[in-house]
Amino acid sequence: MGFFHRHRGLTPYLLLAPGVAWLAVFFVVPLGFLAYQSLESGNIDFGYAFTWAWGNYWHAIRDYRAQFVRSLEYAGLATLLALLISYPVAYWIAFRGGRWKNLLLLFIVAPFFVTYLIRTLAWETILSDNGFVVNALQSLHVLGPGGRLLATSTAVVTGITYNFLPFMALPLYVSLEQIDGRLIEAAEDLYASKLHAFLRVTLPLSLPGVVAGTLLTFIPAAGDFINAQLLGSPDNHMIGNVIQSKFLELTDYPAAASMSFILMAGILVAVAVYARAVGTEQLTGTAV
Amino acid sequence: MSSIAVPRQRQRNVLAAVLGFLRYHVLTVYSLLFFAYLLLPIAIVVVFSFNHPTGKFNYTWQGFTWDNWRYWDGVPGIRSAIILSLEIALIASVIATALGTAIALALVRYGFRGRATTNILIFLPLSTPEIVLGASLLTLFLNLNVIFGFWTILIAHIMFCISFAVVTVKARLVGFDRHLEEAAMDLGANEWTTFRKVTLPLIAPAILAALLLCFAISIDDFVVTYFNSGSKITFPLFVWGAARIGAPPQVNVIGTAIFVVALAAMLGNILVQMQRSKRAS
Repeated sequence: MGFFHRHRGLTPYLLLAPGVAWLAVFFVVPLGFLAYQSLESGNIDFGYAFTWAWGNYWHAIRDYRAQFVRSLEYAGLATLLALLISYPVAYWIAFRGGRWKNLLLLFIVAPFFVTYLIRTLAWETILSDNGFVVNALQSLHVLGPGGRLLATSTAVVTGITYNFLPFMALPLYVSLEQIDGRLIEAAEDLYASKLHAFLRVTLPLSLPGVVAGTLLTFIPAAGDFINAQLLGSPDNHMIGNVIQSKFLELTDYPAAASMSFILMAGILVAVAVYARAVGTEQLTGTAV
Repeated sequence: MSSIAVPRQRQRNVLAAVLGFLRYHVLTVYSLLFFAYLLLPIAIVVVFSFNHPTGKFNYTWQGFTWDNWRYWDGVPGIRSAIILSLEIALIASVIATALGTAIALALVRYGFRGRATTNILIFLPLSTPEIVLGASLLTLFLNLNVIFGFWTILIAHIMFCISFAVVTVKARLVGFDRHLEEAAMDLGANEWTTFRKVTLPLIAPAILAALLLCFAISIDDFVVTYFNSGSKITFPLFVWGAARIGAPPQVNVIGTAIFVVALAAMLGNILVQMQRSKRAS
């Protein structure tokens, strides 16, 4: 097939080299350093030494199980909420958006144009003790007179859901947009009700989007610490908060490094369980 | 058909009609509510950039003022933080896009040994939590006694931008008509000339998109920067520090400004696309 295929030789490697080298040195190698550090013992004043200190891992799990579990719970809940909230809208844009599709998609990603921290601070304002949300909930007696939203798990999950919502909505839209409308018509011609046609045709065909959106939302959500820091109380802290403070405030590097790996393992297990449930085909289908 | 099937059929039709009605109108109303929810925090950011807070907390509306916009750099440290963020975002997006475009070209155009591994290498940073990216880079720099500052931030930003650039350019290259290049070669152009005169202009929109995406991701990054900044302060780090003692309204001013610029860039892009598709049809 022409010129490019006849000159396989060195060209692709020359094109790859700088970028791949960058990723190797500043992404892969650092993971090695992190693994090494996670098995060290000692402290910042007397230095750390590599001692195969697997105890770091057990101590991390023993002492911070609550934060690990909370991270997976909050991330899972926020992912589910994001899916339920954004699926109908993705559907609406894909099937009824017409020529406004691009503009509506722009609205979906609009939150990303506001600095992450600033939009989280905006939620702090919205959920604040004298804010209209709290006042409304108090007058509806959903919240007691002294009830608050800030510094609760509700606030943290609300923040995470909002902040990662576009990661869910966009893949959902892409997979729904690709569905051939004639398939749904065919189902209806064959006497499927609209509901049935949706459940048997549209929903299964949009599964790749559901899978991609779930992963794109869940993974960053599980490692997040900003929402818990700004919207929650110490009782709502996630493992990201612990890793952050161990690294940057307490300089307990081995503990923090081991927690980073446990977090990654936790995410991998969660993703694997999820993949089992929806089928690995969907997962690899969205991979690249 | 049996006599029972007919009413059931009718029932089903009624149900279908109701569901159809619901789908047409409730879905629209729901979607509008959704967009209100999505845009509410943005509106808050914009509105509170005009607030005149009496205390140090910019939480409740006190009164309208232009002062925050007039004295946008009236808070110590905010100007240098913005300049640093812009510098980093500019350099990181250019380098990451160059590296990423080269990788995308190699992946789409050539069959070579190690292609699958390269794909995985590109995919992994996208699926690793930011805190792990930041933490691992921190341990690298710590163990090599690298001094934290401008260069460590820049290195980090280029690292997490590369994958985004690759994905963006690759998407465009895949749907690319290779006959155009073959035609150029048949007319005697060499590989480099063909690349410059045919390939590059055709993928230019994707390269621009990658640049903008990398710029946006870089200027917004907090987590990885927080781990690798040393004593340097980018704009998101400034916001983080300010949030602990009550963020001044100037933070909202800059947030609004970034939002407006990004929105304008995206709107411009969409309008160009719309016009192009109109011309094509």
